[in-house]
Amino acid sequence: MTQNAPKKNVKVSELNSITIRFAGDSGDGIQLVGNQFATATAKAGNDLSTLPDYPAEIRAPAGSLGGVSGFQINFGDDSVLTPGNKPHVLVVMNPAALAVNLKGMEKGSVIIVNSDAFSQQALEKAGYSSNPLEDGTLGNYRVISVAASALTEAALAGSGLTRSQVLKCKNFYVLGILYWMYGLPLSPTIEWIKAKFKKSPETAAANEKVLRAGHDYAESTEIFDARFQVRKRKIKPGRYRNLTGNEAAAYALITAAKLLKRDLFYGSYPITPASEILQVLSKYRSRDVRVFQAEDEIAAICSTIGAAFAGSLAATGTSGPGLSLKAEALGLAVITELPLVIVDVQRGGPSTGLPTKTEQSDLLQAVFGRHGESPLPVLAASSPADCFDATLEAARLAVKYMTPVIVLSNSYLSNGSEPFRIPEPSELPKFEVPPLPPPEAYKPYLRAPETLARPWAHAGLKGYEHRLGGLEKQDVTGAISYDALNHERMTQLRAEKIAGVAREIPPTRVYGDPEGDLLVAGWGSTYGAIKQAVTAAREAGLKVSSVHVRHLNPLPPDLGVIMRRFRKVLVPEENCGQFRLLLRSSYMTEPVGLNKVQGQPLNQEEVLEKIKEVLRGN
Amino acid sequence: MEKTKLTAKDFSSNLPVKWCPGCGNFAILNQIQKAMAGMGLPHEKYAVISGIGCSSRFPYYVNTYGFHTMHGRAPAVATGVKLADPDLAVWVVTGDGDGLSIGGNHMLHAIRKNIGLKIVLFNNRIYALTKGQASPTTQPGTKTKTTPEGSLDWPFNPARFAAGLDCTFVARGIDFDLAGNAAILDRAAAHEGTAFVEILQKCVPFSDKEFDPLKDPQTKDDNVLRVEHGKPLVFGKGKNKGIAFRGFRPEVVEFPAGKVPEEVAVYDETSAEMAYLISGLTQPEFPVPVGVFKAVKKTSYEALVAEQSGPPADLDALLAGPDAWEVK
Repeated sequence: MTQNAPKKNVKVSELNSITIRFAGDSGDGIQLVGNQFATATAKAGNDLSTLPDYPAEIRAPAGSLGGVSGFQINFGDDSVLTPGNKPHVLVVMNPAALAVNLKGMEKGSVIIVNSDAFSQQALEKAGYSSNPLEDGTLGNYRVISVAASALTEAALAGSGLTRSQVLKCKNFYVLGILYWMYGLPLSPTIEWIKAKFKKSPETAAANEKVLRAGHDYAESTEIFDARFQVRKRKIKPGRYRNLTGNEAAAYALITAAKLLKRDLFYGSYPITPASEILQVLSKYRSRDVRVFQAEDEIAAICSTIGAAFAGSLAATGTSGPGLSLKAEALGLAVITELPLVIVDVQRGGPSTGLPTKTEQSDLLQAVFGRHGESPLPVLAASSPADCFDATLEAARLAVKYMTPVIVLSNSYLSNGSEPFRIPEPSELPKFEVPPLPPPEAYKPYLRAPETLARPWAHAGLKGYEHRLGGLEKQDVTGAISYDALNHERMTQLRAEKIAGVAREIPPTRVYGDPEGDLLVAGWGSTYGAIKQAVTAAREAGLKVSSVHVRHLNPLPPDLGVIMRRFRKVLVPEENCGQFRLLLRSSYMTEPVGLNKVQGQPLNQEEVLEKIKEVLRGN
Repeated sequence: MEKTKLTAKDFSSNLPVKWCPGCGNFAILNQIQKAMAGMGLPHEKYAVISGIGCSSRFPYYVNTYGFHTMHGRAPAVATGVKLADPDLAVWVVTGDGDGLSIGGNHMLHAIRKNIGLKIVLFNNRIYALTKGQASPTTQPGTKTKTTPEGSLDWPFNPARFAAGLDCTFVARGIDFDLAGNAAILDRAAAHEGTAFVEILQKCVPFSDKEFDPLKDPQTKDDNVLRVEHGKPLVFGKGKNKGIAFRGFRPEVVEFPAGKVPEEVAVYDETSAEMAYLISGLTQPEFPVPVGVFKAVKKTSYEALVAEQSGPPADLDALLAGPDAWEVK
């Protein structure tokens, strides 16, 4: 705060956290501004959580409602677990962005607008018959109008850039204003600009100039009379970086392979919102990281199965429709008992559905969606940074138990970001390939007594030549067998092996008291919203606790006992009740559901309201 | 590396082979085992990958690493095997239904990438394992269980399919032609990149008579054209017929035995255009061409991958990235 000490009479408010939503045309550079703001807040020592929200079209018609791109960030102290619900501050770059986002704003909140974009034509495209900046529509909000286009042009007068090049810089003007409001340093963004436009120093200079001009404008103009200081979090010491869920999953796969001392093979086919894993890994192609963009989803997983047969740590990533296409091959991976990691970044479905929006609706597909009796472990990540831990754990289980493992992420986690504490080498889990017996004692399906895993003798190893295939295997020898009782025995062995993964699950942590009126049981991306809601409910004196389940198949062994200590169980999820169905069938309980399928994440207020409603009914 | 000396017998898994008596696959199995022995690699460096169908039982009968995968997916699985361990000699065994119907997409992309797979497609023009339905190579008019009044589909010509995709090695053999197939398979084994070999194969229960005219001593010479690089395209019992090209149109010309006129084309296996034209010759107007239709040098996909792959990254540096910050 000292480095930007206000010169004028400015009221500084201190808050636990602040939520800002940036919105504009999909060509306005909203995601860029949002990510820069996130980096600046992270480096200033705040905890944060972000959520991009962009249209499926790459460039919807300019100025249209369908073309509005959004980026929400919540930053502050340790209480930040979600990107926040209703923003305290909305930044809109055009009328369409205002029209789309106004309904989510509390009265009295701040709206910063680029007033230059409110032309008659732009207003009409956004469905306004009169200008909301002038007709009283925004009477209940604190509106700060900034002529961002004109001010940017003024700042760059004489720069020699064309008008269109100049106007592309206007998002940095607005960013400069926000940095002033929140006392954030300009330096991370300036460094980024310099690196990004290395080959075009004049563009770099223009963007930096505009950023500083925005900052100076806020400092010197009377309309900005309030600054906000956000409390910093108490944070575990270490090195941090900001990661999206997809980046975290990609890094986890490389980490797992390195720990295993095997090559990583990632075979995948582009699909929103999982493509970024393929893109990130493509940057790290090397002699021990092999990345294969397959011709389709089926080839993606089949190449992965081939790579596992040849000894690589093999993984693939996809989203719901792709997981459906991979289902047949998963059956082959189950019967041949080869280790694979499948990251399913869920999106709104069925079919193309809402391809850029979030959902948790592949749970039952992941657990059950295959032909025949083909169980496999299913894990879920609970936050962007947790995609690292969940994927790493999936890889460890895959190799230890010789099985495909599905990791459930979703659009919200994959695009959202938060600070990721870079693990020290000593903090990483141990990875081991179970040792092979000597060649003369080797049988392809001779199982390890505890895990029931078969040995991973990969193609190329001398003395272990064998044949695998999709036909049923004779127990121990792995020869083809059509024997009725052998098939039943092998089916049971495969099931027992996966059920045995439960021994890897640590005791379930109950947030709150171990017993009470209500247990909120969640899984995956709803972690932040549930925890914040339960915290608020407990502060209000309600006897509410929560558990968040990572292991969805097999389920944690202690979950049934924990649920029975509460009078009621509430299961919030972004589907029509899939986890609830699992809990009912596994534990004969009757949980209450809170189900949202709007392509948007559940938020704290919705969970809290439901908690109160359920308890009122007690 | 010194070549390992193995014989075809070393590649036999000694399992009872479950093909019908008289099936063309027996001969092909033996020929591929011979070709493998000729590659001179140790046992463990071979992987035979198959899909589903009669032909795809193949890996069980070869004493190496083998993988009997899913219907149509063998090229995709084999791609993963080859990329994970480029030192392996990876053979793909497939059929007309497996490789060109359900697995058509994988087949064409493997060929497009020129990945080092030796793909042998057994073409019996029928779905045999599922007991007699029309396949994508079933000839028009053929009566099968799913085409009781005769097939209406235009069939694929597998060798031409591969030639049309600019496959770097394309050949065709016939199951009973032991010497011809041995030559083809040895060259496929030595080829860098994708080698595609179609082998016409009779199915005793469902397409028993399919290739009889190519085998019958009375008719075979008039029905089979042996294609050899640098040699004129001559056939016929009396070596009295040849293929000439009138512009792009092939034509059968006749001449006195031994006096091959200049208009008879001399075959060039390095020509993509010639491979396409020759693989397109079909009966009854033309004899069935067999032999190596195309063999060109082109860097394999796995070699390009190796060229582009830098040294392994340091894990700690990778996790830290360029913009980490320290919290004390």
